[in-house]
Amino acid sequence: MTAAQTLLGPTATLAQLTTETGNTLVAQNIFFAIIAVIMVFSAFRVVTTKNVVHAALHLVLVLGGVAAIYVLLTAEFVAVVQVLVYIGAIVVLLLFGIMLTEARLGKDQNLNNDYRVPAVITAVALLAVMSYALWDQFDDQKLPEPRFSGTDDPALVDFALDEYPELFDELTPSDESYDAQVTEIIQEREAFFNGVQDTEEVSDSIFSTYIIPFEAISVLLLAALIGAIVLARKE
Amino acid sequence: MLLNQFLLLAAVLFCIGVYGVIARRNAVMVLMSVELILNAVNINLVAFGRLHDVVFGHVFALFVIAVAAAEVGVGLALVIMIYRNKSSVDLDQVDLMRG
Repeated sequence: MTAAQTLLGPTATLAQLTTETGNTLVAQNIFFAIIAVIMVFSAFRVVTTKNVVHAALHLVLVLGGVAAIYVLLTAEFVAVVQVLVYIGAIVVLLLFGIMLTEARLGKDQNLNNDYRVPAVITAVALLAVMSYALWDQFDDQKLPEPRFSGTDDPALVDFALDEYPELFDELTPSDESYDAQVTEIIQEREAFFNGVQDTEEVSDSIFSTYIIPFEAISVLLLAALIGAIVLARKE
Repeated sequence: MLLNQFLLLAAVLFCIGVYGVIARRNAVMVLMSVELILNAVNINLVAFGRLHDVVFGHVFALFVIAVAAAEVGVGLALVIMIYRNKSSVDLDQVDLMRG
C-alpha cells in the first residue's frame, strides 16, 4: 500500500461517512421539528382547552410525541414502555377519572381559577431562566453519533466477533472469504445488532446494579394499588 | 443533533405543566399537568443518558414512569373521594385547612 493510498483510503471513507451521517442528521432534525411543534401545540391545548375530554386526548398526542423523542434518542425500550404505560394505562385512568367525577362533556367555562396571570408570569419567568441556563451551559454541544455506522463498520465486526463468537463457529478463519462471510452473517442479523445493545444493557442494569430500587418500585406500586382501592372503595 | 434542542423542548413542556398546575381549577386537569412535568423530566434523563452514552438515564426514566403510574392511581382515588364528599372536584373549594 502506497503512502498516497494510506492517506486517501481513510479520507474517502471518512467523507462518505460524513455525508451519510449528515443526511441522517437532516432527517432527524426535520422529524424533531415536526414532533416538537405538535408536542408544544398539544401541551398548550392541554392547559388551555375548555373541554376536559379534549385535554385528555391532547395529552395523548404529547405523550406519543415524547415516545417519538425517545426513539430519536435511541431509547427504544423506554419509548415502548411510554406507549404501554402512559397512553395505554394512565390516559385511560384519567379518562375514567373524568367520567367518574364531573362528566360534563362539552365546554366548561369554569376550569381555570383566578391565578391565570400569576401562573403565566411564573411559567414565562421559569422558562427564561431555564433557557438562559441551558444556553449558557451547553451552547451548541452535540450528542454523540451512534456507536456503529452500519453493518460494514469494523467496530461492529469486532464487537460481534468478541461478544457473539458462537455465530461464527462454522466459519474457518483461514478461509479466503472469511471476512465476506462474517459480514453476511452480521447483515442477516442487522436488526439484532442495531437494536439489542441498549435494551440488553437496560435489562442487565435493572436486574443487577438497580435491583434494590427495582424491588422498592415493585413494593411502591403494590402499596399504591392497595391504597387506591382502599380510598376509592365504597363503604 | 444538539443536546440543547431536547433540553429546551423539555423546558417548554415543564413550564406549560407548571402553568397548568397553578391555573387549573379541576383536580383531574392538575393531574394531567403533573404528567406533562414528569414527561419533561424524563426527556432530560434520556437526553443526558444519550450524551454520556450510559444506560442509567433509561433506567431512571423507567423508574419515573413507574412512579408516575402509582401517583396517578392514588391521585385519582383521592379525587374520587373528594368528589364523593363535596360533589365537586374544584380544588379552590378544598379549603378545610384554611384558618
